[in-house]
Amino acid sequence: MSTKPKLYYFDGRGKMESIRWLLAAAGVEFEEEFLETRDQYEKLLQGGSLLFQQVPLVEMDGMKMVQTRAILSYIAAKYNLYGKDLKERALIDMYVGGTDDLMGFILMFPFLSAEDKEKQRALIVQKATGRYFPVYEKVLKDHGQDFLVGNSFSWADVHLLEAILMVEEKKSDVLSGFPQLQAFKARISSIPAIKKFLEPGSQRKPVPDDKYVETVRRVLRMYYDVKAN
Amino acid sequence: MSGKPRLIYLNGRGRMESIRWLLAAAGVEFEEVYLETKEHFEKLIKDGSLLFQQVPLVEIDGMKMVQTRAIMSYIAGKYNLYGKDLKERALIDMYVEGISDLMQMILMFPFSPPDAKEKNLESIKERATNRYFPVFEKVLKQHGQDFLVGNKFSWADVQLMEAILAVEEKVPDVLSGFPQLQVFKTKMSNMPTIKKFLQPGSPRKPPPDAHYVETVLKIFKI
Repeated sequence: MSTKPKLYYFDGRGKMESIRWLLAAAGVEFEEEFLETRDQYEKLLQGGSLLFQQVPLVEMDGMKMVQTRAILSYIAAKYNLYGKDLKERALIDMYVGGTDDLMGFILMFPFLSAEDKEKQRALIVQKATGRYFPVYEKVLKDHGQDFLVGNSFSWADVHLLEAILMVEEKKSDVLSGFPQLQAFKARISSIPAIKKFLEPGSQRKPVPDDKYVETVRRVLRMYYDVKAN
Repeated sequence: MSGKPRLIYLNGRGRMESIRWLLAAAGVEFEEVYLETKEHFEKLIKDGSLLFQQVPLVEIDGMKMVQTRAIMSYIAGKYNLYGKDLKERALIDMYVEGISDLMQMILMFPFSPPDAKEKNLESIKERATNRYFPVFEKVLKQHGQDFLVGNKFSWADVQLMEAILAVEEKVPDVLSGFPQLQVFKTKMSNMPTIKKFLQPGSPRKPPPDAHYVETVLKIFKI
């Protein structure tokens, strides 16, 4: 029996992608089982594996973990990516809360109509450049350190890099007003575990396409009529 | 200068209510500043108090904390309501996150358009009775203990108690199929700090009314 964490999700980003990022950043190898049919999902449901009838599901350390935030917090703490004390953890939680809200605007993007996508793209860029990126730019500028919290690599750094790359996929020059973030992006990308994750052939998933949307809708029988924020 | 945490929010439940519950359950006294005008909110933003230009804001231990979950995790950690180890914390996190999804539906309900209210109410009832309450009914039945995790009072118990009462306000007989949760509710109600919070005159806020909705829309210019 493998002791590697096992991830159950669609073969695509969705809510599981942040978990893939964090495990990879921690240098933890993991297995994946991709949901492709309604039957697979119903089997998981009937087997009692999904506490709230939802994925992501991550089997690790004898637990069937659900709820993305719970899973991420557990991984961060286990692999020492959660700061050295309660106050550093509080800062990391605040920063991750922000990048999570930002990525939330992108999460539902593939499910929108073509017209709504254009509106949403503009909203994503506006939120990124007006609300979120300035915060992290200032944090890095004020302390002049390589990492967001406690001069030590943490979950907050991984999550921010993931968010930066996702927003860049929507507008490639979005970092043009943010020199600190440009340097941060280069620095974090060159950390060996992250560099490996960014290379072709890793478990990082591509930008969601129509096939991904169709699979999610078919398996979950949901998200047929998603409106923009 | 008071050492008490200071909560900055509207004079109503919203996202701050779970924080009030948790502080109260931990026996921590706190102060509140109520946002009543757009100008007050804009001043807070201009002052740099709101990291992401949003409330809740909780000033605690020299920090200006935002992001509801971050605030609650900090309070839970500080006041020993977060389990005894990583695995208990994971369970508490899972339970709290699930309940939070249910609470989100209740949070948004007052803002539903009139023609969607009945449907949304049905959704709340359906989710509570088919997805969330059965989980906690089963957890309590299986271990037979008073508290959800580790035989000890935790954040998960507080959050579940808040959710039960919030759903009951909308669906009064919602616990009729859940005997364990009925017992749980009674036990929680009798815990001294919670009992105090449930009495009139406590910082607990009433269900959102039209005035609250109007204030939210005015201040946040939605």
